[in-house]
Formats: sequence, C-alpha cells, structure tokens
Amino acid sequence: MLEAKGITKVFRTGFLGRQKVVAVDNVSMAVRKGEIVSLVGESGSGKTTLCRIILRLITPTSGAVFYDGREVTRLRGKELKWYWSKVHGVFQDPYAAFHPFYRVDRVLYQVFNLLPPTSYEEKKRLVHEALTSVGLRPEEVLGKFPHELSGGMRQRVAIARCFILKPELIIADEPVSMLDASTRMGIVRLFRDFRDLNNSSVVFVTHDLGLAYTVSDRILIMYKGRIVEEGDPVEVMEHPNHPYTRRLREDVPLMYRKWEGF
Amino acid sequence: MAEPLLIGLNLRAFYRLKMGGVRAVDGVDITVPRGSIVGLAGESGCGKTTLVNVLLANVRPPLELLGGSVLLDGLDVLKMSRDEVRKKVWGVKVSYVPQAALNALNPTKRIIDLIRDAVRQHTPATDQEIVSMCKRRFEELNLPFDSIYRYPHELSGGMRQRVIIATSTLLNPQLLFVDEPTSALDVSTQKQVLRMLLDIKNDRIIDSIVFVTHELPLLRQIASHVYIMYAGKIVEYGPAEEILLEPQHPYTKALMYSVMTPEPESRQRGIISIPGEPPSLISPPPGCRFHPRCPHAMDICRTREPALVELRSGSGVACFLHHSKEAA
Repeated sequence: MLEAKGITKVFRTGFLGRQKVVAVDNVSMAVRKGEIVSLVGESGSGKTTLCRIILRLITPTSGAVFYDGREVTRLRGKELKWYWSKVHGVFQDPYAAFHPFYRVDRVLYQVFNLLPPTSYEEKKRLVHEALTSVGLRPEEVLGKFPHELSGGMRQRVAIARCFILKPELIIADEPVSMLDASTRMGIVRLFRDFRDLNNSSVVFVTHDLGLAYTVSDRILIMYKGRIVEEGDPVEVMEHPNHPYTRRLREDVPLMYRKWEGF
Repeated sequence: MAEPLLIGLNLRAFYRLKMGGVRAVDGVDITVPRGSIVGLAGESGCGKTTLVNVLLANVRPPLELLGGSVLLDGLDVLKMSRDEVRKKVWGVKVSYVPQAALNALNPTKRIIDLIRDAVRQHTPATDQEIVSMCKRRFEELNLPFDSIYRYPHELSGGMRQRVIIATSTLLNPQLLFVDEPTSALDVSTQKQVLRMLLDIKNDRIIDSIVFVTHELPLLRQIASHVYIMYAGKIVEYGPAEEILLEPQHPYTKALMYSVMTPEPESRQRGIISIPGEPPSLISPPPGCRFHPRCPHAMDICRTREPALVELRSGSGVACFLHHSKEAA
C-alpha cells in the first residue's frame, strides 16, 4: 500500500551548510494493508525524519514514496490534501499539535478541511461520535483549551481526528512516550481498535522495543539512518542478526528476567 | 536485625494553593532498611517527588507539613531547623539527585566549579581537598577524572548523569535519593547508570538508595524493596520480586499489566488497559482512591478508606479485597 524506495535525507548545517548530516541513508520500506508496523530506533537514528518524509512534511534528498502505486514525494495543493486524508500523523507531544490560544474544538473541526464538505450538524455528529470512540465524553473536552486537558486526554483528542478522517494509514511518532504507564496501554489499544475497525494500517515510530514487540505484526530496526533488521517481532527478538539489535535486546530492562550481574 | 536507616511515619503534607489544598502526601509510612535499594513507583502527580522532599526535610511553601516524623539514622530531621538540616543532614547523611538534573547544570561553569559550590554548601573544604575527593571517587567508579574540567554541554547525557551521581556521593552520605535518573537516556546508557548505582551501593560507598520512577522494569532490575504510591498514599509495599511479579493490589496489577517489555509474557498477555486517569488530589474520591478505576470495586470501597495492612512480614497492601481474606 505504502512504499518508500531508496530514501535519503541529508541535512546541511554549519557555516554555508558545509557540514552534512545524513539522517536517512538509502532506506526502503513498505507497509501492507491492515498491518501494524513498528519502526524502532534510538534518538538520532533518523526514524522521525523518515516518518516526516512519508507524511510529506519534508522532501527527501533522493528516493521516492509511493502510495497505492502513485508517487507522493512532491505532492502539492489539492493532491496533497487527498494524500493527507489517506495518511494521517499522530505525534509525540500532543501539546505541540494544539495551538494554545484556540479551543480543542478547532483541531477536531479542522479535519473537515480534508474531507468533502458536509453540513455543520453532520460535522457535529461526527465529532461527538469520534470523541466517544476514543473514550472521552464530548462535554468534558469540547470548549476547553489544550492546557485544561491531561496529556492522555490530548492524545485521545489527536486520535479522535483519525476516527473522523478514517485514514488508511496512521503514522504515530512516539505517541505514548510522554504518557504514564497506566494511560499508555489505553492509547495503544485505541490504535489497535482503529485498525481492527477500519482495516487501516498503523506505523508506530518508537524507541520502545517493548511496545514494538508487544503490539506489532512486523518490526523494523533503524540504526544510524539505515534499517538494519526487519521481520516478525518474535523472530527478531529470538534471533537478532544485527549487533545493534542484539545490544538493544540486552539493554532493555525486562520484567520477568534479571540482567546478568544485577 | 539492625535498625532501618530511615523511617517515615504517618507523613502528611499538602500544597496550599488558591483553589484549595493539594494533599500530595496523605498518611504515608515508609521504611528504608540498611543496604537496600528501595523503589518508589507511581504515576506523575501521585506525590512521589513530594514524599521525597518530605523525607529530605525539604519542606518549603507552598508545601506544608501537617504531621508525621522522619527518623534518619536516629535523627528526627523534621524537627531540625533548615540551617541545621543543611549542615548536618544534606550532603552528609543524605544526597538527592532530582529529576532532570542533567539539564539543570549552569552551562557557563565547569563541572569542578559546580562541584565546589555544592560541596561548600555543606562543609568548608579547600579547592585541593575537593579535587582529591573527586579524583578518588571518580577512580572508584571508573569515570574519567578529567571530565570535571569540562563544561556540562561537553559531556553526553549518560556521562553527565553519572558525574552528577558520583558528585552527590562525595561527602559519603548514607542514603541517596534519585528521581527518574534515566528518563531521558537511551537504553544502553540507562543500563550503565543503573550499573553504577548498584556499584556504589555494593561497594558500600553509600548504604542505601531510594529510586523514584514510574518504570517498573527498572525496579525489577535493581530494587530490593518496592513501594507503590497512588494519589498520595502507599497502596502496596514489599520485597521487589514479590510486588512486581505477584502484586495483590488491583492498581499494582494494572500497572504491571501495562508494562510492555520484549518478552513472551508481555506479548501473550496482549493489551490490557485500565480505564480513567489518576484523580485530582484537590478533591480525591471518597473511600479508596482507586475505586473509580478498579474492576473489583465493592460498596465498602466507595465509602471507607482501606488501611495499609501487613499481609506477610515485610509486605502489605491497602485493599478491602485482602482485608476480608484476613478476617475469614
């Protein structure tokens, strides 16, 4: 469904852009319909850059992204709007996704700009329905400002946008890393429920190997701008090939086994 | 058995705010045995950090103490004046590495200047003495000594955190409090920091550690005892392995089920979520504070607060489910 081919992104920094940083280095990946894929990597591995390229927020230095066989790497205008109605992003810090001066209603109603026009009554109905689907009572969030909601609630509002838009692919960049343990699972579950309901695909971009392992159908391990390992989560954890994956597996704190020497 | 290093009894503290009092610590008993690593776990806003401040006798407005006592190695620290505490307790008996300490360093000063300022708060020492103290401690912990002549930004996050922890042990305190020491670090650096904490305890550089976090797997790796805090109260405590693998309180169970680790147990269990969010501490729910989210809530839970009852020697739980078992 979604295919990225040979994506490279070079950022230039320093005086006159003389220093180059290769954030993503010749990466190819694909996402199939109805699949939950996790892109795992530590900070600086290029996973967020790759996800911003897929979301068409930035353009790659080279390579191309295809959606349903159609190239979307440099879409603009009407066509970009079409693409964004199919592929939607949910980000780490729901605070940053909300303009602090506007009520949360605005974030929800803005989604309708990506959809064919409908009446206000219909929009209102859809907003209420979406909020209920993500476990919020419409009256407890509508009319509020972002700072009046907790982090978990803001992330739920962000996901409610998906329930209105019904995209075919959600790209979720560290969607639970700022949330507390007990609210984390609820959010992860929403993504899975959304997938089950709409047969959409979800890409989790995360540093959390445990999250990736627990919920995904397939994981991709990213290291220094490259995808170094890919496959079924159980398989990858049991038989990691790349040294980085092996190190990651050894260093993640576990619940049922103690580290050697600890 | 030796007397515990720290005993907190019936601690109650609240924040005085315009909209009312926030009862962040509400009747907490806590014990830190000698030679232990005590994990204090709970979600943000449950009162963990406030409890640490009370135990450190660092109670300043808007935080106010309502009652309770803290015995630290025989000293009744909550009865001491702030000046006395600064001279006789902080740095010398207890040290504290607060959350996000690695971003709180003054960027215009070298590490050694920061260490000097900190040490002089507690004891008059010459520059030379301070440098030789650093040298000894850094060598013991296998840290590069020359890093003290660098500026904070020149060190990586993990190195900065290890330097801060090493520095906090310079005056040989008996007890070290660390608050989410690894939250901003990647897993490999995190492991190094945990390794170092374990080393300073095992090498007897310090006696005991109180480790505050919301990540249970971290506690599984290094804690010997665990206290679970919810909405200003301790809901369960006991030996780490027992609490983390066979929790009794529904909240601890829920926390454990929300842990996602790359282990078969975690994947087989799948996604189990608890509804709702932690309550506001301004107007906590009546009865057991967890009852609005609890799958086993009974009538009694809505009206009466369960006491923290010792189940076995050294472990206890505050839940009516287990009280009734006791009675039967």
